[in-house]
Amino acid sequence: MTHAWIQNILFLVLLLALAVPLGPFIAKVMEGERTFLHPVLGPVERGFYRLMGISGEEDMGWKTYAWAITLFNLLGIAAVFLLQKIQAVPVLNPEAMVKVPTDLAFNTAVSFTTNTNWQAYGGETTLSYLTQMLGLTVQNFLSAATGIAVLVALIRGLVRRTADGIGNAWADLIRSTLYVLLPLSLVIALLLVSQGAIQNFSAYVHTASGQIIAMGPAASQVAIKMLGTNGGGFFNANSAHPFENPTAFSNLIHMLAIFVIPTALCLTFGRMVKDKRQGWALLAAMTVIFVGALAVTTWAEAKGNPGLKALPVDQVVSVQQGGGNMEGKEVRFGTGATSLFATITTAASCGAVNGQHDSFTPLGGLVPLWLIELGEVAFGGVGSGLYGMLMFALVGVFIGGLMVGRTPEYLGKKIEAFEMKMASIAILLPSAAILLGTAVAVLLPVATASVSNPGPHGFTQILYAFSSATQNNGSAFGGLSANIPFYNYGLALAMIVGRFGVIFPVLAIAGSLGSKKATPESLGTLPTHTPLFVGVLVSVVLLVGALTYLPALALGPIAEQLSLRGVTR
Amino acid sequence: MTSHSRQDIQARPLFEPSIVRRAVGDAFRKLNPLHQLRNPVMFTVWVCSAATTGLWLQALGGHGEARPTFILAIALWLWFTLLFANFAEAMAEGRGKAQADSLRKSRKDVQAKKLKGTEKKGPTELVAASSLRMGDIVLVEAGDQIPGDGEVIDGVASVNESAITGESAPVIRESGGDRSAVTGGTVVLSDWLVVSITTNPGETFLDRMIAMVEGAKRQKTPNEIALDILLAGLTIVFLLATATLLPYSIFSVKAAGQGAPVTLTVLVALLVCLIPTTIGGLLSAIGIAGMDRMIQANVIATSGRAVEAAGDVDVLLLDKTGTITLGNREAVAFVPADGVTVEALADAAQLSSLADETPEGRSIVVLAKEKYGLRERDLHALDAHFVPFTAQTRMSGVNLGTREIRKGAASSIETFVESKGGRFPKELREAVDAISKAGGTPLVVAEGAHPLGVIHLKDIVKGGIKERFAELRSMGIKTVMITGDNPLTAAAIAAEAGVDDFLAQATPEDKLKLIREYQAGGRLVAMTGDGTNDAPALAQADVAVAMNSGTQAAKEAGNMVDLDSNPTKLIEIVEIGKQLLMTRGSLTTFSISNDVAKYFAILPAAFAATYPALGALNIMGLHSPESAILSAVIFNALIIVVLIPLALRGVKYRAVGAAQLLKRNLLIYGLGGLVVPFAGIKAIDWLLVATHLI
Repeated sequence: MTHAWIQNILFLVLLLALAVPLGPFIAKVMEGERTFLHPVLGPVERGFYRLMGISGEEDMGWKTYAWAITLFNLLGIAAVFLLQKIQAVPVLNPEAMVKVPTDLAFNTAVSFTTNTNWQAYGGETTLSYLTQMLGLTVQNFLSAATGIAVLVALIRGLVRRTADGIGNAWADLIRSTLYVLLPLSLVIALLLVSQGAIQNFSAYVHTASGQIIAMGPAASQVAIKMLGTNGGGFFNANSAHPFENPTAFSNLIHMLAIFVIPTALCLTFGRMVKDKRQGWALLAAMTVIFVGALAVTTWAEAKGNPGLKALPVDQVVSVQQGGGNMEGKEVRFGTGATSLFATITTAASCGAVNGQHDSFTPLGGLVPLWLIELGEVAFGGVGSGLYGMLMFALVGVFIGGLMVGRTPEYLGKKIEAFEMKMASIAILLPSAAILLGTAVAVLLPVATASVSNPGPHGFTQILYAFSSATQNNGSAFGGLSANIPFYNYGLALAMIVGRFGVIFPVLAIAGSLGSKKATPESLGTLPTHTPLFVGVLVSVVLLVGALTYLPALALGPIAEQLSLRGVTR
Repeated sequence: MTSHSRQDIQARPLFEPSIVRRAVGDAFRKLNPLHQLRNPVMFTVWVCSAATTGLWLQALGGHGEARPTFILAIALWLWFTLLFANFAEAMAEGRGKAQADSLRKSRKDVQAKKLKGTEKKGPTELVAASSLRMGDIVLVEAGDQIPGDGEVIDGVASVNESAITGESAPVIRESGGDRSAVTGGTVVLSDWLVVSITTNPGETFLDRMIAMVEGAKRQKTPNEIALDILLAGLTIVFLLATATLLPYSIFSVKAAGQGAPVTLTVLVALLVCLIPTTIGGLLSAIGIAGMDRMIQANVIATSGRAVEAAGDVDVLLLDKTGTITLGNREAVAFVPADGVTVEALADAAQLSSLADETPEGRSIVVLAKEKYGLRERDLHALDAHFVPFTAQTRMSGVNLGTREIRKGAASSIETFVESKGGRFPKELREAVDAISKAGGTPLVVAEGAHPLGVIHLKDIVKGGIKERFAELRSMGIKTVMITGDNPLTAAAIAAEAGVDDFLAQATPEDKLKLIREYQAGGRLVAMTGDGTNDAPALAQADVAVAMNSGTQAAKEAGNMVDLDSNPTKLIEIVEIGKQLLMTRGSLTTFSISNDVAKYFAILPAAFAATYPALGALNIMGLHSPESAILSAVIFNALIIVVLIPLALRGVKYRAVGAAQLLKRNLLIYGLGGLVVPFAGIKAIDWLLVATHLI
């Protein structure tokens, strides 16, 4: 476990080193300031505005902003859906992939547009290179840009005083894509290629022994899949596939790419609200939750499977092997790097996997599931993680603010009935989708037939699917045959609720806060940058998460883990 | 501070038997589901109680999902949960109602002497006070009760206002100026008044006060609504979490091949335990009790919103006189001119003030007596002739034969001395300036052409006020002193009193402007006022406390009336507002934290039959599934009763910074909320087993 922790700490240090310059950079970009990329990309940005006939400066009210984002994403769903239906055309389609069934095409279109990247298909057996590039990769960029745009709109709401607008949605989408996502993806793709990730348009290779080796433009899609916390693999095996993630170093790049923007956005927040401490406090709260979760997973997986103790299976750490519970893990990563990857990918709403979560110990598997259910707020998705965390911050401020004898305020803005209503909706809708979706599934024979294991483990597979879809994570627990109409449509619905059921209330809050005056800070104000407030925020996230999902978890991973201990009364 | 005397008379014990009796009855009356609809959390409990009662009836018929006695026990305790919450609300209301009753007693229908004209001597007609309309003119003579709220248009009288204020010392009411408002139900003790009635029947101050303390017009305050929404949100989350447990349980039973699906009774019990019933049940009691605490402090707030806003106040505008300083200036030193002994100055000063009945004049006599042993002398024996202060001369003094002793402002005395052929020395001018700079008022004394020296008059800052302001500062509240004094004097007093800022030579317009400036900067401003010219500023301020002694216009403009007319009360008002919000926040935290322990009681009880391994979650070692569930439900109901005194009294406010308050309250109500139910549920379980009730 020592090695695992050396790696964990190294990861956090590198992450911070990358995020510290990136955060202020994103703030500059989103506030329309000039950066070193403007001489090259500035004309491109202005070209887009000319094409659209806008100046990029028009301020939108929250409703206009929300509809712009929604229509833009609906268009994305339609485009990806149509591409899958016409993919039989012989363009960039060497393996002659045929059109995708409607339920699966719909699920995939919604999945990539909502930044979920739940995959009910296998990439190399279902989709043409054209569909992968023009459909999925494009949505990988745009869904991440949507997250950043919504977050920045919310921040503007906190910063602006008695303002009517929260920014221009088109400018926000273009700027985040052009200056942040594209350049970083380019660098990451090149780094991955240097490690052996592939990038070609070749037909699949048929070996003499009859094996078929899939090819394709993987590196370019994998880069944004990690960076945009999308998580949809080019290949079915996702980041466990050697062509996506060939080495331990590429694995480190994968993990850093997932976390770097969510981390940097906390610092972007601090800069935009003109109080860096506020950003650090939010980052600290996320880090506390993440490190706690990481500790449990790392420990559980390193300990190995107690069920194997009696058998002649060697799970001990030695020079030859990393030891621990190696079922479903890649030998080149071992339990340490897989535990870290699993914690990152579920903390961050990414959903890429480099091992099978289904094969984790129950406790090791519970942590990723729980991180998803917390609402993807410990780092979370690009933009969505921080705006989700800010919803919890509003609840924390509301209760904490009352406890110091004032009507609550955050960054000087009064938190009143409208904000509470919207924050409650943003927390309530995803919970409803997860709990009700699972409830319907466990009652339907057609849905329970997809489960590969009986008992609590099978329950966990279904619960995980709805949690992953709703919270836009997209990772699969594994073991659930999800490519049936029930799951394709049901999970797509969950993804839509989980995405837009949060974006709308968040933008409503942005609009409402932006129209308010700000109260100057005083000694009587609840400070929101102190370790104490970080503690309050962490408690709110954990308590709401625990209280909502504890009963369900008890019948899944908790029952399973306790049975493993052989504890009976 | 007169408020304390009133509090001593009025303070009711928290559980006064008569109030408790009435509250018990009300608790049952409030079981009406229409009443419960106002409160989403408690309405959920009502539905759950009704549902379990139905399940019990079904079980009696032999088709029950569990033992009828178990279902009955759960049903009864759910009803108790509701009753306890109702009782809390009724207790809070009861205290107000008791107060209203005593107010109502003072409103006997009296006969009023209605005047035809405005002349006192005019003919009067006896009519019932309740028939008086706005604009009617009445005569009130010694011994009469004033028949309605009004404005004195003629006469001066001493009035006993104890029916309203509880203060037995009579007050003077006279026409014109800021002491012209009279309140119906008060009694004229001496002399007479001609009063123009300013309200119609049913709208009098007493009527409004009764309505307010009874809570008849109580509306939910903005923060209460916001909290209600959060609590409703949590209720829906828990409804989802418990309702979906039924399908999950059915699936699990099928998968495990053992146990039985969870019963509706257990799910309902779990739901009621999880939803925030503690805060939900006490929320309205907390609000009413907050209003009640205002009333106990002798402040009538016109809305709950004003009480809530009081907790948010950032800036206090305080009138210097009466709030920061004692009403009057006092002589503190004699500074003789060159060649004059201090005794001679003291003697002249005393002589000039012997007939001066102003408090300043009295203080000069007292200082001379205490410091220089000069006894008061009989003016008649001295053949003295008192020269009163006039606006023209701006001096007062005494003539003793040929001796002309005068005291007054430096410039007036200078003119006087020079008119007598004397000279105003430079050293004396310096002494005068020095006193001004120190915030004092210099009063120069001269005898004929000879200036004798200066009396140093000083505003006396109230004892303990500096500490009070320091407290306010640590609470994050800025204090601003408003005074008509010149900036120099104002600065000196401001420094001595420890206020953060001051507004000197303030006019009503200046006050209004200052309030608007602070509000534009996002601050909430509180102020007190009594005069008609304060009305615009009072209307603008977020928390505006009108003095009961003030004019009708001031009372209409403010959103609170202080019956004691004590400007320092503002600080108490802020604390009461903060207490109200803190109580809400603390009990919300407590309520939510409680849920953890309840899970540990109910989850193993409900599911250990399906997955025996879940028995490990029974860390409290509760006796049986039934006793565990019942104990959690009983705890959930009893905790409401236990917390009623806290809800009524309010969480204690300490004047410390927000960070410290948060730490303290988190520790008590957050951590306490986590730990207490573990002990409580275990204890109840133990009792149930020990008494063989389960």
